[in-house]
Amino acid sequence: MKKLTYIFLLLPIYAYAADTDINIVLQDHRFQPSEINIPAGKKIKLLIENKDKTPEEFESHSLNREKIMAGNSVTKIYIGPLEPGRYPFFGEFNEATAQGVIVAK
Amino acid sequence: MFSTAIIVFREVLEAAIIVGILAAATRDVPRRNRWLLAGMLVGLLGSAMVAASTDLIASFASGVGQELFNALVLGVAVLMLAWHNIWMSSHGAELASHARNVASDIREGHSECSVLLVVVGLAVLREGSETVLFLYGIAASGDSGTHSMLFGGLIGLLTGIGVGYTIYAGLLRIPMRWFFAATTGLVLLLAAGMASTAAHFLIQADLIPALASPLWDTSALLPENGLSGMLLHSLIGYDARPAGMQVIFYMTALTLIIIGMKMNAKPRQSIQTTGTI
Repeated sequence: MKKLTYIFLLLPIYAYAADTDINIVLQDHRFQPSEINIPAGKKIKLLIENKDKTPEEFESHSLNREKIMAGNSVTKIYIGPLEPGRYPFFGEFNEATAQGVIVAK
Repeated sequence: MFSTAIIVFREVLEAAIIVGILAAATRDVPRRNRWLLAGMLVGLLGSAMVAASTDLIASFASGVGQELFNALVLGVAVLMLAWHNIWMSSHGAELASHARNVASDIREGHSECSVLLVVVGLAVLREGSETVLFLYGIAASGDSGTHSMLFGGLIGLLTGIGVGYTIYAGLLRIPMRWFFAATTGLVLLLAAGMASTAAHFLIQADLIPALASPLWDTSALLPENGLSGMLLHSLIGYDARPAGMQVIFYMTALTLIIIGMKMNAKPRQSIQTTGTI
């Protein structure tokens, strides 16, 4: 019990020091989940796992991000800190299906 | 097919504009065509290699290798363009006046040609590798529509090259006395825009702070994915939602190159004695 208390006491420090990781999977040219809620005003690390064998380009005009993701790989993209709002993103190579949105609250 | 054409067009456009402007800016450099062609071939070869090693590049520097690579490529291109403009500010008038001796011609032409080779090579490499990956994805998927999509890619490629050539041909029609100001100005803005894009990649890699992000938002007025936004992005580095740091990089590159040009510019008199411009 005492140990648990210590761990809980340390949590705010950990939360401050580390970026918040968000995991997204890209499969059959679709992002899962396609809507991601994140806290506003914080730096976030997106970890996108491309389970397709073909490459994809993560692109978002509103987030000002673009990054090639190789087939069967995990890509790291930093975003934020963001104002509250909706930030759509898409896979440029398969724009018809690969759509998603980051919602900062 | 149509969407494929647009994607390839978008990738090719930027490289085509850079090649078009540089080809015009070096019109009087001896054996320019040979170097231009060499640059494009090196770039194409390089883009296939970069595309093939996407995984490897991405894994460098704990996952931000791609951003570092892009920033590096852009940084080298900015330096070469800066060198071009600074060199041209003292020699351009002589080159144009055709009143030069052959020995200095070859010597000075060489450094200018290496700029051409490197910048064209890097531009084709950077944009080309994304096109290669995209087309590879289509070919690998093996869907029934593969052929028409690859055909769309070809149309996008040709359209992009067409825009680059139009810019080149348009620049050549500018009267000689405005020509240097025009091409120098375009190369200057091209370099500043690349510096801003380099900053964009370093921010994305979380290596430098974004400062204000975005500093402004003109995406409703002039979206970056529209045709004019795309053209302006390639020409002058327009960004609808730039981070504060990007603007700092842009202005710094612009200022430093202008200072370099002013310091290197020959006094007006000596230009007038070397020939008529």
